[in-house]
Amino acid sequence: MKPVALFVTCLVDQLYPRVGEATVRVLERAGCAVAFPAEQTCCGQAAFNNGFQEEARVLGRRFLDVFADAPAIVAPSGSCADMVREWYPHLFRDEPALGVLARSVASRTYELSEYLVRVLGVDDLGARFPATVTYHPSCHGLRGLGLREEPLGLLRAVRDLRLVELPDAGQCCGFGGFFSIKFAALSGAMLSVKLDNIEASGAEVVTATDVSCLMHISGGLSRRGSRVRALHLAEILAGS
Amino acid sequence: MTNRPPRIDLIRNVERALRDASLQRQMGKAMPASRKARADVVAELPEWESLRSTAAGIKDHVLANLESYLRQLESQVSALGGTVHWASGAAEARAIITDLARSRGVRRIVKSKSMTTEEISLNAALEAAGARVVETDLGEYVVQLAGERPSHLIAPVIHKPTEEIADLFVRKLGVPRYERPEELARVAREVLRAEFLAAEMGITGVNFAIAESGTLVIVENEGNARLTTARPRIHVAVMGIEKVLPRMADLSVFLRILARSGTGQRASVYVSLLTGPRRAGETDGPEELHLVILDNGRRRLLADPGLRTALRCIRCGACQNECPVYRHAGGHAYGSVYAGPIGAVLTPAYEGMERARDLPFASTLCRACADVCPVKIDLPGMLVELRARAVRTGLAPWRDRMLVGAWTFFMRSPARFMLAGDLGRLAQRLVARGGKIERLPYPLSGWTAHRAAPALASTPFRAWWKSRQGGPR
Repeated sequence: MKPVALFVTCLVDQLYPRVGEATVRVLERAGCAVAFPAEQTCCGQAAFNNGFQEEARVLGRRFLDVFADAPAIVAPSGSCADMVREWYPHLFRDEPALGVLARSVASRTYELSEYLVRVLGVDDLGARFPATVTYHPSCHGLRGLGLREEPLGLLRAVRDLRLVELPDAGQCCGFGGFFSIKFAALSGAMLSVKLDNIEASGAEVVTATDVSCLMHISGGLSRRGSRVRALHLAEILAGS
Repeated sequence: MTNRPPRIDLIRNVERALRDASLQRQMGKAMPASRKARADVVAELPEWESLRSTAAGIKDHVLANLESYLRQLESQVSALGGTVHWASGAAEARAIITDLARSRGVRRIVKSKSMTTEEISLNAALEAAGARVVETDLGEYVVQLAGERPSHLIAPVIHKPTEEIADLFVRKLGVPRYERPEELARVAREVLRAEFLAAEMGITGVNFAIAESGTLVIVENEGNARLTTARPRIHVAVMGIEKVLPRMADLSVFLRILARSGTGQRASVYVSLLTGPRRAGETDGPEELHLVILDNGRRRLLADPGLRTALRCIRCGACQNECPVYRHAGGHAYGSVYAGPIGAVLTPAYEGMERARDLPFASTLCRACADVCPVKIDLPGMLVELRARAVRTGLAPWRDRMLVGAWTFFMRSPARFMLAGDLGRLAQRLVARGGKIERLPYPLSGWTAHRAAPALASTPFRAWWKSRQGGPR
């Protein structure tokens, strides 16, 4: 049994607990002993991306403290994993002890599909999901963590799942955290392009590795009255 | 400075651009082609990544030794019989060039390939000095006729549909209404030929300046830079200090990445290498060559470790083509000479954060720009850095401070986080229907103007986890 600490992320905890539950099931199916450090809250990405580095440091310190001893930290979110991996070492570069810890925690932090495929070498979780599915590669997973084949490979192994290509897949959905509030109309325009592409793919379900993008996409699908559902990758992989 | 230009209201500009159906249609038509062309020719080169690294390395080497390469360039250009002028700012550069025109009785000027002269607002100054200035690159010419500024680094008129250009030509040139791009190009060519023949001075930009030989390199597709530099008596080239390259051998790397990144071409149609003014016995080329080397905030950028590598930029425009924000907003929304991701870095750096405070925030940090940048500028990292500076200097809007402040407060402990969730669940009873919220109050109302919001789950994950730990597996 591989010991794994789950960083469930704040959005999953409060908005999409079923994604957290699915993540636990998937990790257990892959042979992991999952722990959930209950002191965790948020990685600070929202503050950091918006320029509030002091606030991000406050939450980052907490995160480092909570996960200091975790053997591996797995999150159902490419953007939160990317925050820890890419930006924590930068955020704490002027604090020697924390800088060392930040680099160490960063090196142990993974997005779910990344951990399954690259670390555990698992590509088939024995899942079954009878639906036509298209995959939206979230920007931070795709370009931050370099996740290209990992999520697709996992989806291809799912029984009865028909994977269809998303046109212009690498295009951002327009969420961008505060961007979606600050530049609300622009974010809506970017979303609209993404939704057109999702509908053009012919999929019944759109999936991704980040609930933040999915929240945005699903809000748009709902507003459009579309029948396409938005599900996190873990929810599909947990299907049996 | 007394009269500061007003703050660029990017948010309002973008909203206006989104309502401009013709702009949206035009950008929707033009941009996918640019992106595809680039992607296709880049995919042909297995060595693309190593070319990028080499180019970035050469640029960094230049930036680390900038003054000595600039001196070398100056002495080579002078030895060839050219004159080098140093301009610390836009006003000084304008004064140098208008004085040149005035002292030599120049009445007619043709220009080509000169984004840097847009940066220093040169045309207005020359016109005030009594000269007629004509842009000769087709896109720039259209923009000049329309009284606008370029909206893209290498496709200045990308924002304008052909029909609008057709109308513009009827109105400004008194020609019949031609609709096909080739016909419009022919009309412009006829007008411009006369300008080339009459011009006494040609002004161009510089893509690269080779320090070891004093050669100025201009990359183009239309041949106008070639005419601009060959026909008039005087050639004035304007370059930013960062355009210098050490050796001629470095050029091949940059010619390859520039054409592929910019226009999706394997090579551009023309590359002019200009080494000094006309020599005795030569039949063309200018009698006088003046090189204006412009700082205008670049040395300040060079001294800024967080933003220095923005000076690697070779003005290919790939980041603009790739940026979904730019593609919806159009270049004019950025309210400055440089638009898109590189503009969101350069404008605050050159014109001040107060004026440009929205620009670094106009990005989802999707990193598409960084992926395509041929000289590997970490544009998203710089946007984050500029955002942090805006916050540190108190330029963040009140709403942002309130939202982040509240967020951080509630995320400081699981108890507070759960309390926030419980309060939210209580509040959403009034508004949530079927797991969705159709309308949120300020400051989140922007979200629900364009998409439904998710309701908080009735049971948070951690409650499920707790019950699961207690019960059987």
